[in-house]
Amino acid sequence: MSEYLAQLLDISKSFPGVKALDHVNFDLRPGEVHALVGENGSGKSTLVKILSGVYTKDEGTILINGEETVFPNPRAAQDKGICIIHQELNLCRHLSIAENMYLGREPKKILFLDQKKQIEDAQAILDRLNVDLDPTTRVGDLTVSKQQMVEIGKAISTNARIIIMDEPTSALTVKEIDELFTIINVLKREGHGIIYISHRLEELAAIADRVTIIRDGQHIATLNYEDTDQEAIIRYMVGRELKEKFPRVPTNPGKTIFEVKNLSAGRAVKDVSFSVREGEILGIAGLMGAGRTETIRAIFGADPKDGGQVFLHGKEISIHRPLEAIETGVFCVPEDRKKDGLCISMPVYQNVTLPNMEMVTDRGVVNTAKEVAMASATINELSIRTPGVGQTVKNLSGGNQQKVVVGKWLVKPAKVILFDEPTRGIDVGAKVDIYNLMNELKKQGIGVVFVSSELPEILGMADRIVVMCEGRVTADLDASEANQEVIMQYATQYM
Amino acid sequence: MNQTAVEPKIRTGKKLSRQATQLISTAIALLALVVVFTLSNPNFISMMNILNILKQASPIIIIAIGQTFVLITAGIDLSIGSVIACSGIVAAICMRAGWPVLIAILIGLLFGVAVGAINGLLIVYGKLPPFIATMGTMTTVRGLALFLTQGIPIGNLPKGFTQIGTQRTWNIPNQVFIMVILALIFGFILAKTKTGRYTYAMGSNYEATRLSGVNVNRTLITVYMFSGFLAAWAGMIMTANVISAAPTAGDGYEMDAVASSVIGGASTLGGEGLIPGTVLGALVIATLRNGLNLSGASPFIQKIIIGIVIITAVFIDRFRRND
Repeated sequence: MSEYLAQLLDISKSFPGVKALDHVNFDLRPGEVHALVGENGSGKSTLVKILSGVYTKDEGTILINGEETVFPNPRAAQDKGICIIHQELNLCRHLSIAENMYLGREPKKILFLDQKKQIEDAQAILDRLNVDLDPTTRVGDLTVSKQQMVEIGKAISTNARIIIMDEPTSALTVKEIDELFTIINVLKREGHGIIYISHRLEELAAIADRVTIIRDGQHIATLNYEDTDQEAIIRYMVGRELKEKFPRVPTNPGKTIFEVKNLSAGRAVKDVSFSVREGEILGIAGLMGAGRTETIRAIFGADPKDGGQVFLHGKEISIHRPLEAIETGVFCVPEDRKKDGLCISMPVYQNVTLPNMEMVTDRGVVNTAKEVAMASATINELSIRTPGVGQTVKNLSGGNQQKVVVGKWLVKPAKVILFDEPTRGIDVGAKVDIYNLMNELKKQGIGVVFVSSELPEILGMADRIVVMCEGRVTADLDASEANQEVIMQYATQYM
Repeated sequence: MNQTAVEPKIRTGKKLSRQATQLISTAIALLALVVVFTLSNPNFISMMNILNILKQASPIIIIAIGQTFVLITAGIDLSIGSVIACSGIVAAICMRAGWPVLIAILIGLLFGVAVGAINGLLIVYGKLPPFIATMGTMTTVRGLALFLTQGIPIGNLPKGFTQIGTQRTWNIPNQVFIMVILALIFGFILAKTKTGRYTYAMGSNYEATRLSGVNVNRTLITVYMFSGFLAAWAGMIMTANVISAAPTAGDGYEMDAVASSVIGGASTLGGEGLIPGTVLGALVIATLRNGLNLSGASPFIQKIIIGIVIITAVFIDRFRRND
């Protein structure tokens, strides 16, 4: 028996025009959480895809339990006990927990499904993980975090020893993250090895035993977590000292630019009021499901409002559709860039010009030269890394995609920009670029509303913080009086 | 417009080059068909036969252009076959009532636009899936055609009208001119105007387009109105060509339109499609029909072959894309 569950030795992989991995080493011991970190496009997902059989390596050796192994396809990797829990969960919403866990390998009695055994087996797995769920529940009725637990259950039901988690906490609340970590500890005790990919470096302290940093396809360092700290990891990741993680700019707030009074929308937004002053960033904090995104969407006209008023520079404005919001100068960077922000199959320049077509058309006829000029300016302004304006957005990294979403709102003069989780799932460097941009907007006197689930960035960037819980505003704090404990207290006030 | 400087930059995108390859491969398929049929029957390549193919293809090309717009928005328009019949009938009724030909044509075209508008309204405000909405209007409009004529074709149409479908100008059939003009206009709209861009954007990501401030409702209704308008034009041409308005005309044409678009590179999932591709796709089908006819293949065999061609074309595209 080898000391390692898996060893990846001198792995190289090239794609046309890019060397994605250059002699990278990585290993995993039983009973440990080994974090794999790096900026978007650093090669960490390529490495994981090689280990799980999605890609084949060009060079190098894969040892599983000390034996050299080749994975021609994902199935072969699964058979060797390797399992990925993806960022986007792969469950059938209409099937029950038990049916999902045993999909494709249902226990059978002669010709028929053995429903009873399937449910019992699923129950046993859930008990092992200490998860209180009924295996006959429809997966579509579960929260994202519970669905993730079903995925983990599915993984261990196949006797997977190596579990790869790709950004498992990006959609979870603080409480749910704690639950996930409890489960990870169970897995560790049972001798599973976990490869943990996350952009949330602050989590690593709670969970990681070792951490490997990859940059530009190169293996930079593998460290015991106790011998290192977040700053050191960031330094390794970006290859330079980031001056400040949160480049806050102090300003004296002026008069109120934008005000929301007693807004109600659906079941998620109840009597919400807040205001943004000139020269400040207003942060909106709260747990998942607190109604923040719904508030933003209702203000922007993406969803209908049931009541309330919105004022811009003291004048009431009525917004029923995004079109009307944009005409009055209220823009929105939506929470989910792929679902709501981008035409992913279209080129960069067409995404940038989409909300600005009137500026690049002459009596309805598109002027491509003007479009390219507009997009090139945006690409320069935000240092978007793309081979050209004609590149399909799909082929950009997450951070650069996010910059395209932001960039399309920087062309027209804005009065208020609503940022909903603008840094979710993007790397440290791109995050800082977005923070700097928000600071720049605030200096220009544009109202900046900044929704985020990550408390450190809200505390680091916002000048004033509104906390929401269960669709209501529970606090309106000055940055100086806010800290993690205070915010969490207000964020869980009705729970 | 000074585009020479910017074109090379844009071409770094994979999308355009893939669309270009799609166009080229459809053109090669068409050429291959021409070569094969010419070898088996030298008469195939005669000027008369080529004009004949273009003439036969004209109505399909015209409706396929509309269908391409609709497919790009990730929709489908099943009503166009019925609109072909009924718009011809509406125009014929007006002419038989003694109205001027031009007015009658205009009313026929308006009828098509109105059906398109109803489709669009049902989809946008009724929130019906395009398949269901247009299937409903398909049946309704076909029923209307049968009711208005009591099942009997309307003949005796004025010469001023029938010459659209029977006469030639500079030895080229009039309907080919109409087809070319419509293809140029709508090809321009799709490739070069705001409406065209919004059409692609809606098909690529409807919600992101709406949140970008695009008037998606209006654009979607416009797209279905285009489709109805073009179907009505096909109706005028076909009615003029056979010198009578039959309530059963255009039956099943909506599927030929889908097939032409798809062979030409449109995706039923939305976001993709080009008018030149669609024109080539329709020509592939028309050439197949004509060539098989000339070589004496039974019409039943033709259906089998065309079905296989559609599947093969899309299959090859899928295969290449996964690569």
